[in-house]
Amino acid sequence: MNDVTPYIILSSILFTIGCVGVLTRRNAIVVFMCIELMLNASNLALVAFAHQHGNLDGQIAAFFVMVVAAAEVVVGLAIIMTIFRTRRSASVDDASLLKY
Amino acid sequence: MTVTFWILAPIMTIAALGILFVRKAVHAALLLAVVMISLAILYASLDAPFLFAVQIIVYTGAILMLFLFVLMLVGVDASDSVVETIRGQRLMAMIGGLLLGLVLVAGLGQISLGTAVGLDKANEGGNIQALANLMFSRYVFAFETTSALLITAAVGAMVLAHRERLTPKSTQPMQAAQRVKDYAESGKHLGPLPPPGVYARHNAVDTPALLPDGTAAKSSVSRVLIARGTIRSAPAMAEPIDEVQRSIDGVRDEEATP
Repeated sequence: MNDVTPYIILSSILFTIGCVGVLTRRNAIVVFMCIELMLNASNLALVAFAHQHGNLDGQIAAFFVMVVAAAEVVVGLAIIMTIFRTRRSASVDDASLLKY
Repeated sequence: MTVTFWILAPIMTIAALGILFVRKAVHAALLLAVVMISLAILYASLDAPFLFAVQIIVYTGAILMLFLFVLMLVGVDASDSVVETIRGQRLMAMIGGLLLGLVLVAGLGQISLGTAVGLDKANEGGNIQALANLMFSRYVFAFETTSALLITAAVGAMVLAHRERLTPKSTQPMQAAQRVKDYAESGKHLGPLPPPGVYARHNAVDTPALLPDGTAAKSSVSRVLIARGTIRSAPAMAEPIDEVQRSIDGVRDEEATP
């Protein structure tokens, strides 16, 4: 086997696990970790395709995904901290003030 | 390339599944670290040494540290609740995820990509040099935009984390006056909190003191220990008293007989 199909399949499995995690976990920080897992899975697919096609554009895209993920984590965790400070809870179910 | 993949793929899948099922957020963070380091090694095996370094430095170094710091600040109340707000949501999510995974894996199993070209030619003058050539020519606009994004994120995080002091800082005389006021209004005890219980067989901060009626004094142990559920039961400390009493009496009898 000389192509990168196993890598793509692994990446899709990791993405699925991240998806299920976002849907089932209630702790905001763990939900955030699952989002990171999904981003990482897509990065693996990008790097694998770069290897498949023999050019480096995929690696550049993966690099930009990492940069954006870093920025996103900083802001997201700051928001979680602020919510925790006002509500004393990191559960995604408790922040329901805009529901009705 | 293949051996590395077949060793790391099961490890990554098991660690990722673990994130779904572990109860404590810290354990989820550690499992995520396993996934990320394995990913870094996979990047190295896919001829991406620069991304290997960036993955370790940025993801496992910076992002996971940030996660752990926030977990530390959020503290002991961060455990996951098992109560569902929408009934059957967990089951539906599992079924939906399983379907998505099946569709993705079955669909990707069908395609044939042909032989991988490999990056030997593209990486000829060094991976980092080739990446830099691309990044500062074709992707230079995206690269410059990234700087704006990073500055915005840094400023945003500072604004969100900053807290204005809305009330003046309380001084010692003010605290004393407040304590006396509390005592006058609700009868709250003026002095310091009671210390934890001291027993013949156990003397530590995790055992509450006993009130005269035999119940445990809640204020004598730390709130954090109660939230973690690691306090001992004080009445249980008193259970073997009869046995101890009997053995003491036995020794006394032996001394008395000769």
